[in-house]
Amino acid sequence: MLEVRAIHKRFTPDKEVLQGVSLSVEPQEILCLLGPSGCGKSTLLRIIAGLERADQGRVLLNGNDITEMPAYRRGVGLMFQDYALFPHLNVAENIAYGLRMHGAPASERRRRVEEMLDLVNLEGYANRSVDELSGGEQQRVALARTLAPNPSLLLLDEPVANLDRLLREELLEALRRILKRLKVTTIFVTHDQEEAFALADRIAVMRAGRLEQVDVPATLYRRPVNTFVAAFLGFRNLLPILAWRGPDTVCTPVGDFDLPLESTSERSAVGSRLLIPPDAAVLDSAQPGTRYAPFTGRVVAVTFRGSVFRLQVAPEGKGEKPVLHFEFRTRGRERLPAQGELVQLWLDTAQMRPVQEG
Amino acid sequence: MVQAALYALPILFLTIFYLYPLLAILRVSFGASFAEAAEQASVALRSPGFWRVLWFTTWQATVSTLLTILVGLPLAGVFARFDFPGRGVMAALLTVPFVMPTVVVASAFLALIGRNGLLNVWLQRLLHLDGPPIQLEQTIWLILLVHVFYNVAIVIRTVGGFWGSLSPTLGESAAALGASPRRRFWTVTVPLLAPSIAAASLLVFLFCFTSFGVILILGGLRFATLEVEIYRQAVSYFNLPMAAFLSLVQLVITFTVMALYTRVQARLSRVLRLRRRAFARRPASWRQWAIVGLALAVTFIGVLSPLLALAVRSFTLGERGPTLMYYQALGENLRQSAFFAPPITAVQNSLIYALATLAISLPLGVIASYALAQPRSRWAAVLDPLLLLPLGTSAVTLGFGYIVAMGPLRASPWLAPVAHSLIALPFVVRTFLPALRALDQRLREAASTLGADPFRRWWTIDAPLLLRALLISAAFAFAISLGEFGATLLIARPDRPTMPMVIYRALGQPGLMNYGQALAMSTILMVITAVSILLIERFRLPQGEEF
Repeated sequence: MLEVRAIHKRFTPDKEVLQGVSLSVEPQEILCLLGPSGCGKSTLLRIIAGLERADQGRVLLNGNDITEMPAYRRGVGLMFQDYALFPHLNVAENIAYGLRMHGAPASERRRRVEEMLDLVNLEGYANRSVDELSGGEQQRVALARTLAPNPSLLLLDEPVANLDRLLREELLEALRRILKRLKVTTIFVTHDQEEAFALADRIAVMRAGRLEQVDVPATLYRRPVNTFVAAFLGFRNLLPILAWRGPDTVCTPVGDFDLPLESTSERSAVGSRLLIPPDAAVLDSAQPGTRYAPFTGRVVAVTFRGSVFRLQVAPEGKGEKPVLHFEFRTRGRERLPAQGELVQLWLDTAQMRPVQEG
Repeated sequence: MVQAALYALPILFLTIFYLYPLLAILRVSFGASFAEAAEQASVALRSPGFWRVLWFTTWQATVSTLLTILVGLPLAGVFARFDFPGRGVMAALLTVPFVMPTVVVASAFLALIGRNGLLNVWLQRLLHLDGPPIQLEQTIWLILLVHVFYNVAIVIRTVGGFWGSLSPTLGESAAALGASPRRRFWTVTVPLLAPSIAAASLLVFLFCFTSFGVILILGGLRFATLEVEIYRQAVSYFNLPMAAFLSLVQLVITFTVMALYTRVQARLSRVLRLRRRAFARRPASWRQWAIVGLALAVTFIGVLSPLLALAVRSFTLGERGPTLMYYQALGENLRQSAFFAPPITAVQNSLIYALATLAISLPLGVIASYALAQPRSRWAAVLDPLLLLPLGTSAVTLGFGYIVAMGPLRASPWLAPVAHSLIALPFVVRTFLPALRALDQRLREAASTLGADPFRRWWTIDAPLLLRALLISAAFAFAISLGEFGATLLIARPDRPTMPMVIYRALGQPGLMNYGQALAMSTILMVITAVSILLIERFRLPQGEEF
């Protein structure tokens, strides 16, 4: 469908924004470009849209080289973060704009506008002025405008970043439903991993002009290739690996753990990190099973979040030790541990994973 | 390629119709050799006339500037600090003098307080006097008064706009630190306002220094600024080298002031960009209401009374009450009148010139704005100063440059609209460019990704969104062309006079009939200009203009 080959781009001589990015997107797939701000993800999107020229590399769409093709001939739809609705046109005229540019007759435009308004749940909004719309409505008009000319590829630049939290989740679900129904190939850009998980079939994590990892969300979550990806996904327990004892036993500042590794290739070198997911701990006095390793510590902080609660636990013992972050279900619990309390935890070694430093 | 050709157009225009005439003046001034030039300069420098003119030009400009600041500052303060009913009308009224042609303003003041003016007529009747009690005609006082009338809007706009963006918390924190209102004003407000007052003063000084129509019409033969002297040397005495030398002296001074102004202005707009908020509040006490009321009254009376007097006087025949005689006379070609054709044809001439000015200055101004709006553009580096220079070049100098440079083209009826366009071009750019810069680049990009090719993108996005700015630019250019006096007097063909020319000629002729015709023609010009101003006010942009 779309293939991006070794794209390089620099705006100033001293900083290369994209350093040889290659990527391919399957038909009907929703791919997410995830990365911190300034990592080059928006620039990559603009290069694919034809709004920016790559210094090197090619862009292929359905096998055709479109690297030199101007934006208006590509048939690639781009939805901007601030929507860029035309202030001098009403909702219907905004949606019909692309159809007009493609020379669709008036009757066809009317029909398609109705169809699009229906799709984004804005029936009856045709004659509204765009500046009387709420943020969520503007976002949906922008989506309708982008989809109206039937783009072969849809690009979304931080599509819900300008909305408040509640609205964001609602719109993400609506967005995924619409995209899957229309079976439109989509790349969207975000810096929020929750958005990425909610919307994407595959996630490409970017960092400083390079792709770090491209995987389906579950794999990405279970096996981040390095500490950057892990930290960006929100993992906070990344303990330094001090040594390996035997084939499976790893030594960390908070204790030694026997890892049930599936293959020896998963075993990382000394100096890497051991990732312990926040939900890998069980708060109980009895050992839940043989893969669980005991861990005692003092509660440093408690945060109640409704269905779950979080503990920050400092391991007992001498010397400077990292504080671990865990999350537990609230259900079935009479009282939460208090700050300063000594707690007995069991850590699921099957969920622990060595991760490359990077 | 196409783009480069387009961007080259305004540069070409400015080179041919601005730089070349200026160089021609230099050539005339310096003659064939350096010795000749030195000789010419020493003749001028030894003549007492030169020093007298230079001295008068400078001191009247200085005094006018001081008076304008004195009148303008309190008004600016009221405008910046208070939000009150009539504020919008006040703003609109204050644009009026800024755009009104000099000849209209001059005849308006003659109609109000001149020898045959409304006030004198009334006072004579009321007090049964034999002669007019107000004797201001051909005195420096009248000139100063008109200069204040003309320029006070600049002070209110520049200082008032800046003052309005100063947060009241600054004064409040000074108050909390124990400063009395007066000390607060002198220790906080004035230092903060200083750069904006400096900018306004420089601009007012520049305008008064190059004052032409006001001096020529109201000063009679007694007063001459450099500008008036250039005109007299060139037209009355045909002493071209002397006129060229005077132009050169004036150019050096105006460019210096202009350069200073640009530096101050650049600093100001940087500060202004940081805080865009306005802090106007409703007046809170009866004292504040009184201040606001006084400011409103002063503005209304100050701006409207001369203009209304002009209109009223043009319909009044001496003691005998209402008449249309002066207007009818405009349509007749009387033998004793100084005109070759019925004066009313000047209206047609002026409108044709103004439309031609639009046709030239708008496309060039729009193209120049696009060139300037390009980020990191080499075109901008050339165009920016090239567009600034005409602002600092007086109209008479420009007209004189055309006389010495244009050779056979001198008699072309096209020369006047070209000169008008050159004068209007910086205004067009300074109105259009901010709007163009404010246009969100993403809208264009969105249009591109939706399939709009560059031309259709421009037609469907840029054109409709910039229409307002374009209309304002057009209104400015139109009003400038209608009222342009200095350059027109030198280059327009006598058989195709513009309205200001007809007014000037009529005022120079003796007799009540000529006086009345001048007022009638001025009234027509005033009404047409007022319509342009209404258009400007109607479409005023939120992001403001760059002057």
